[in-house]
Amino acid sequence: MKILNKTFCALILALLPMVAAAQIDGEVIKPRSGKFLLQNATVVTITQGVLNNTSVLVEDGKIKEVGANIAADEAEIIDCSGKFIYPGMIDGGTKLGLVEVSSVAETVDYAEIGDFTPNMQALTAVNPNSVAIPVTRVSGVTTVLTVPSGGLFPGTAALINLNGYTPDQMFAGFKGVVMNFPSSGRRGRYDRRSDEDIKKASEKALKEADKLWENAKNYSTLAANGAELEYYPEMEQLAKATTGELPLLIEVNTASDIQAAIKWVEGKEAKVIFTGVAEGWRVAEAIAKAGIPVITGPIQALPTRESDRYDAAYANAGKMAKAGVKLAIRTDEQENVRNLPFFAAFAAAYGLGKEEAWKAVTINPAEIFGLADQYGSVEAGKTANLIVADGDPFETKTNILHVFIEGYRMPLSNRQVRLYQEFLERSPGLKMN
Amino acid sequence: MKLSRTQESGTWMILIHAKFHVPLKKRNHKYMKKTTYFLAALLGLSIQIASAQVKKGSVLIKNATVLTITNGTLENSDVLVQDGIIKKVGQNINAPKDVTTIDGTGKYLMPGIIDAHSHLGLDVVNEATAPIVAEVRMKDVVNPFEVGIYRALAGGVTISHAMHGSANVIGGQNATLKHRWGSTDPADIIMQDAPRTIKFALGENPTRVHGRGNGIQPRTRMGVEGILRNGFNEAIQYKKAWDEYNSASSQKNSKALPPVHNERLQILSDILDGKIIIHCHSYRADEIYMLINVARDFGITKLVFQHTNEGFKVAPEIAEYTMGASVFADWWAYKFEVYYSTAYNAAILTENGAITSINSDDAELIRHLYHEAAKTQRYGGMTDDQALSMITINPAKQLGIDEKVGSIEEGKQGDLVLFEGHPLSSYAVPQMTFVDGVKYFDIKEDADDQRLKISPTQMVEEVTISTDHEDRCMQGTESLFETTNSLFLLNQ
Repeated sequence: MKILNKTFCALILALLPMVAAAQIDGEVIKPRSGKFLLQNATVVTITQGVLNNTSVLVEDGKIKEVGANIAADEAEIIDCSGKFIYPGMIDGGTKLGLVEVSSVAETVDYAEIGDFTPNMQALTAVNPNSVAIPVTRVSGVTTVLTVPSGGLFPGTAALINLNGYTPDQMFAGFKGVVMNFPSSGRRGRYDRRSDEDIKKASEKALKEADKLWENAKNYSTLAANGAELEYYPEMEQLAKATTGELPLLIEVNTASDIQAAIKWVEGKEAKVIFTGVAEGWRVAEAIAKAGIPVITGPIQALPTRESDRYDAAYANAGKMAKAGVKLAIRTDEQENVRNLPFFAAFAAAYGLGKEEAWKAVTINPAEIFGLADQYGSVEAGKTANLIVADGDPFETKTNILHVFIEGYRMPLSNRQVRLYQEFLERSPGLKMN
Repeated sequence: MKLSRTQESGTWMILIHAKFHVPLKKRNHKYMKKTTYFLAALLGLSIQIASAQVKKGSVLIKNATVLTITNGTLENSDVLVQDGIIKKVGQNINAPKDVTTIDGTGKYLMPGIIDAHSHLGLDVVNEATAPIVAEVRMKDVVNPFEVGIYRALAGGVTISHAMHGSANVIGGQNATLKHRWGSTDPADIIMQDAPRTIKFALGENPTRVHGRGNGIQPRTRMGVEGILRNGFNEAIQYKKAWDEYNSASSQKNSKALPPVHNERLQILSDILDGKIIIHCHSYRADEIYMLINVARDFGITKLVFQHTNEGFKVAPEIAEYTMGASVFADWWAYKFEVYYSTAYNAAILTENGAITSINSDDAELIRHLYHEAAKTQRYGGMTDDQALSMITINPAKQLGIDEKVGSIEEGKQGDLVLFEGHPLSSYAVPQMTFVDGVKYFDIKEDADDQRLKISPTQMVEEVTISTDHEDRCMQGTESLFETTNSLFLLNQ
């Protein structure tokens, strides 16, 4: 009996690892940092042209070297013959990480109550484990601006890399105070206000904005002069925008609003970036003249007016770029930020051109965010946000083979891929045995 | 006999009532003869009127890469359309007299794109007043003035399935539209030779509208099944009552009285008879499986699932028992029942043998269905033919019009799109779109303002900045949710 017990125990012990292995079925691939040599690719640097038979060395999260003959030197070699290396794409405006399921209010964190909440931090509400994040980065989008919305000053947007388990790990170095410029346009089909009501509301909101801005300037001056000020976090945050310490992202879309916003900005110290700019093509010269950079999108959108040409939204980016506007593209999406490359392709096809379209999702947003020394091109010294593809990443046929974010080699799996693996050939199929 | 406005043509025609109460023998032959001539003349006239209103064109497109869909890709080939019908596909075709030739060199020609789920060209979408509203017909609310129809043409879409909304378990009957932009008679943009279809809806939308909005069944997915089974069982009783009456009344000196006509049950009975194709709004695998079981129990085989985000989980069942699924390329997570979606859905369904189409359900998305279809190459590696089938022959099958459209074949209707760049390239730009051989879109002749009707009272044109998907599936149900402040809850 005793012997049997012992044998049994031994057997159990021997089998345990197998049982454990059976329970943890399937490998979990984690992001992996290290020294990688991406060898012998066609490198589309964006800023330095296209380099054939070139390698890229990634170390300590940075692009260490870009060149023809780089010594492997203990680096993990990834053969990229016949493949293309691009910088990771940057989406200039999303709600990624701020919402999980749009219709479930409990998961929606981009719109706080109140009209004046510039101190609300998008970065605080970013869910690093949002299912949409791994779904997004396999398309080659490595960095996004995540933006709060709602009232007049709804909060502060943050640029994040799509890797990391805390918002701080994800933070990519740019924040901007968001302003919704009082709109004279209709907010979609459900907006049933009369034209007069819309006009009144927009005039009232602009007055309110002026007042808040003046107060914030005063707040800033008083603070600079060492005055003892009441705790007023909203004012404190907006004050940073009035001095240019934090850029001001102004969401503005209709032609008349854009013109009004240009006028509103005149003489202010703020570092202004326009976002949305759906009717930018109508007043492109004025925007260019004002020298205000633009983050535009969504590109795949309906024209703003019934009388507009069908391709007004596709062609908007190209027309603004031609007028000399500094331009980045955004999806304004949450779960489908993965479509950024396709939005860029549409902009390219309808007048922007491929080269400018690539800039609009790489170096241009990097410059607009003041981070051109770190992001937006394949150059030595920059953050290693890279994608390796077997073709043009704007084409749906192209496979994205590797994604690096801050030097981490990212797993290319996500829940949508795992569902594919499980259900392509379901077992049991139609019948049980 | 009675005069009635027929459903199919929208023109006045004479219908002969099924039953003469007076035996034929006793009738005056002379009178009959006259009536017959009169009837025949009127019938002919009305047919002439009906067909005269629909423009049919002739065109020869030369030297294009022809993506036939059903017979492979033909390089440097010509397609001749005469009087609205594809007459010849081949090489070195000469233009008959008075037929315009278009040079397709370097361009791609494909069949007109078909959207199996749209709400374009409709004045209203939802009759959200009862769980079953089968008697409602979208063809009664067709609006040929909606500029979205032109914009769909500019994206190569020649046919759209104008559907009732998803507020009801059994919604209204849909209309299949041909995008003959410029026609101002609703009847002229309805594809009169398309079979009847009807909208069903499962899951969150009907349970929210009725269970929570109105406090009546269904509030759950159990209730949805209950509504369906009750409805079909009532229809069986209704049909039986009519069958009994019909057989009794054919007896000599019958005094049988007809049952009271009930259009709602009549439509359900037509579904049971296989005369109407069901197009069912659905998301979750369990509800899809439920409807498959209900359909099998009632002997229904004409069933297409719409949206079907979790169709991939029951792909073998969809393939075996239904006419397939019409899905989004990549929409997900806008509501809870689509959280567990995958963009690989279309590929999984296709590989499992289900007829699969890609639809828009959206005035914006409909403009680039070729691009949506192309996404199945990123997500699941579909071939060009598989991907293009999803916006041509497959939706045609699901709408019951695959004998007429959906591929470039001799004898089919001349619905064609000419592309600069392969239609599955992200850089593709549609150049010209033809319906029945008539060119309705030409990028070179496109005028900015394509409106057919301008409001004389509107001083300043409205500017609309769309921030969310403008899905119209739940349009018209807003009043039921006045307590809800998030309007996007009404989407999808």
